[in-house]
Amino acid sequence: MTSPIAGGVDCDLHPAVPHLTSLLPYLNDYWRDQVTTRGMTDLVSQSYPTNSPISSRPDWRPAQGKPGSRLEDMKAQALDRFGVSYGICNPLYGVQMVFSEDMADAFCRALNDWLVKEWLDKEPRLRGSIVIPVQSIEKSVAEIERCAKDRRFVQVLMLVMGDMPLGKRAYWPIYAAAERLGLPIGVHAGSNYHNPPTSVGWGSYHIEDYVAQAQAFQTQLTSLIVEGVFARHPKLKMVMLESGFTWLPSYLWRLHKFWRGIRMETPWVDRAPLEIVRSNIRFSLQPIDAPPDPATLNRLFDHMQSDELLLFSTDYPHWQFDGDAVLPEGMSSDLVRKIMIDNPHATYGRLKQSALEETTQ
Amino acid sequence: MTRHVIAPVDELPPGTRKFLTIDERPIAVFNIKGEFFGLLNRCPHQGAALCEGPLIGLAQSSDPGEIEYTRLGEIIRCPWHGWEFDIRTGQSYCDPKRFRAKAYPVNVEPGASVVKGPYVAETIAVSVESDYVVVDL
Amino acid sequence: MNMQFRADAKPGSSAGVKTAIADCDIHPARKGPTDLYPYLAKRWHAHLETYGKHPYQGMMEGPPYPKAQPNASRRDAYPPEGGPQGSSLSFMQQQHLDPNNVALGVLCPLNTGQGIRNQDLSAALASAINDWQIAEWTGKDSRLKGSVVVANEDGPAAAAEIRKRAGDKNFVQVLLLSRNVEPLGQRRYWPIYEAAEEAGLPVGVHAFGFGGNPITASGWPSYYIEEMVGHSQCQQTALASIVLEGVCERHPKLKMIMIEAGFGWAPSLSWRLDKSWQRLRSEVPHLKRPPSEYIRDHIFWTTQPMEDPERRDHLFEVIEWVGWDKLLFATDYPHWDYDDPSRVLPAGVSDANREAFYLGNARKIYGLA
Repeated sequence: MTSPIAGGVDCDLHPAVPHLTSLLPYLNDYWRDQVTTRGMTDLVSQSYPTNSPISSRPDWRPAQGKPGSRLEDMKAQALDRFGVSYGICNPLYGVQMVFSEDMADAFCRALNDWLVKEWLDKEPRLRGSIVIPVQSIEKSVAEIERCAKDRRFVQVLMLVMGDMPLGKRAYWPIYAAAERLGLPIGVHAGSNYHNPPTSVGWGSYHIEDYVAQAQAFQTQLTSLIVEGVFARHPKLKMVMLESGFTWLPSYLWRLHKFWRGIRMETPWVDRAPLEIVRSNIRFSLQPIDAPPDPATLNRLFDHMQSDELLLFSTDYPHWQFDGDAVLPEGMSSDLVRKIMIDNPHATYGRLKQSALEETTQ
Repeated sequence: MTRHVIAPVDELPPGTRKFLTIDERPIAVFNIKGEFFGLLNRCPHQGAALCEGPLIGLAQSSDPGEIEYTRLGEIIRCPWHGWEFDIRTGQSYCDPKRFRAKAYPVNVEPGASVVKGPYVAETIAVSVESDYVVVDL
Repeated sequence: MNMQFRADAKPGSSAGVKTAIADCDIHPARKGPTDLYPYLAKRWHAHLETYGKHPYQGMMEGPPYPKAQPNASRRDAYPPEGGPQGSSLSFMQQQHLDPNNVALGVLCPLNTGQGIRNQDLSAALASAINDWQIAEWTGKDSRLKGSVVVANEDGPAAAAEIRKRAGDKNFVQVLLLSRNVEPLGQRRYWPIYEAAEEAGLPVGVHAFGFGGNPITASGWPSYYIEEMVGHSQCQQTALASIVLEGVCERHPKLKMIMIEAGFGWAPSLSWRLDKSWQRLRSEVPHLKRPPSEYIRDHIFWTTQPMEDPERRDHLFEVIEWVGWDKLLFATDYPHWDYDDPSRVLPAGVSDANREAFYLGNARKIYGLA
């Protein structure tokens, strides 16, 4: 087993909102009453049913309450366990599923404030991702600007399955704001279910939805690259979170092959797709969709032709590995250091900045 | 390098192209707005008859959504995978470092120095009325 | 300045291949809209002329994502006698089958009756296309074999068409498309698999089609290149559905062929399916084995468009993971993203693997060994 080294960055942690009522203190009077008077209960996405085996490793599942809802558990089971210096929180509370942009905005603001109060304020190693109401670009930009004043927010969070492909120009004000503020965009697995959760319609099963996340990351990468997001925003980084990465090399071979013949359709793509990925795209480590033998994974790393793409993650409390086997077997210590420390710091410029609390007003 | 006479200039007006084989090499000669260019008729990618492709302009962009379209008729698209090649230089626009179609220098020689008739390369003095297109191979 | 240009009718410039090959994805085309009339009941002639095909996308004519070349085909493949690329058997023989020594050519007719909202019309067109394949192609050149085209959204009608053609040596597979109203493993398609297994025919799933769903799980993309690259993702998802719904478990003799979506994605998908199944198998108790085993036992891939990495040894590694015995060579003639048989496999391949890749695997799976 490859041991993690101390001082790393866990780039994908999932603190759970215990219940919609946990957000009530952070909603204004109108929204608080809307929630209670209309009997709204909880916003749990089908992407992560609470009791699904994927949603929590058995030894991380608490006797009561949602997995990942207790800070003490996260400290013991993830932060201390793997000796990290920083952990980035990506809340997966299903606020993106609602259709009303005003409601989504209210919930996103409440969620981001809740994260600060209940997690970032209580544990100095933690950092946060800004959850945005993508139903409204304007409100998303406003929320990014509001939260970015607190330097502990290090990323903007979007879902891989949303209303439109992420490369679409309508989203670009979000990317402009993020780039301006030095924030990467984190694209996390999961759907808002505004479209069928696969590219060929509605499947039957949770396992089907989960497997399909990988294909969604592939089509989103195509969109981001060919729409020219990185031509317009060359310094912007995007992190694919809980995406898997073993599909990347063969995916890029195909994209590259077609791009050469249809270049004229998107002439602003002035670099090979592979180069764009190497400079602007990163992937969190877990899940590793590969057979357990080190030889195959080392071959895949070679196919990827870059050691800068992967960022360490546990995906806590999701069940992606057992015991302490968070790192694949047979990794060189150089690569361990790159994945756990160098690559995350190169991606998240705010990590090393002052962790002093700042108000978000 | 040997010079080969291709055709009288007026047999190859602007916008046309002529296919021929010289020393078992397939070649096409183009007249682009009065200028002549030659290309090996074999795409460096998978060997398609490159010179049968359509001629378009060069689409470039400095910003997504903005397209500068210049050099109309000077870019040939391979009839198979659509790779774009600059007629003038053979330069490809998809993978500049790796691929370049073989360009053959084409000159227009004044009519007095070559013979009219069965396109012979050697120069034989004869009276001529029009210019000939000559290839160096 | 974009005129169609053709010099005198010369074959393509591929350096002729000496060994015989199979081409498992050839697209024969109709010369015109009335070509199918002899095989279609009269009521449909007027219907088509009045109402058209009524597909699961908005355009009466042409695709919503315009292609990279006219008819999505090679510009040098226009037959000298006229008609669209792929519509002339004699020109196909001259330009492709003869010089490339195609000993077995599998026809996958597209733009037929599949992906059509009027299910009666879909079934009628499917039957007509199958008759047309026999009359105009397989009956005239014994190297060619047809696909049983079916009304892909109407399970019972599709099964009936398969049963009608079962045992007919003109056909070597059933043809489906990869983008349908629902993922291909869903029970509305089960009658198709049942009938195909009964008839001893593999089922080919060809990239394309429209089922009315956005072609990504996050809505409709902007560009044709996204659609083209996206066939890989659609095929992956369709295959995942087929495996997870238990199609392979219930039909142990059924073979399926993933056509024109590449194969490089297959190892990663298998590994992801296995990993997810280890966690979530209680959701799908009808699966008795890991998904990768079903894939290994039931699934094949045509090679085109062949993956083209910077380092060729990477391609060989991926092929090792997929299996040299799982790949079926295809050119996609006459489409523009055609793979030339003499160029596609670099040096360094053993004779045994080369033979399997180019011909042996195809003969086995199509029952022609």
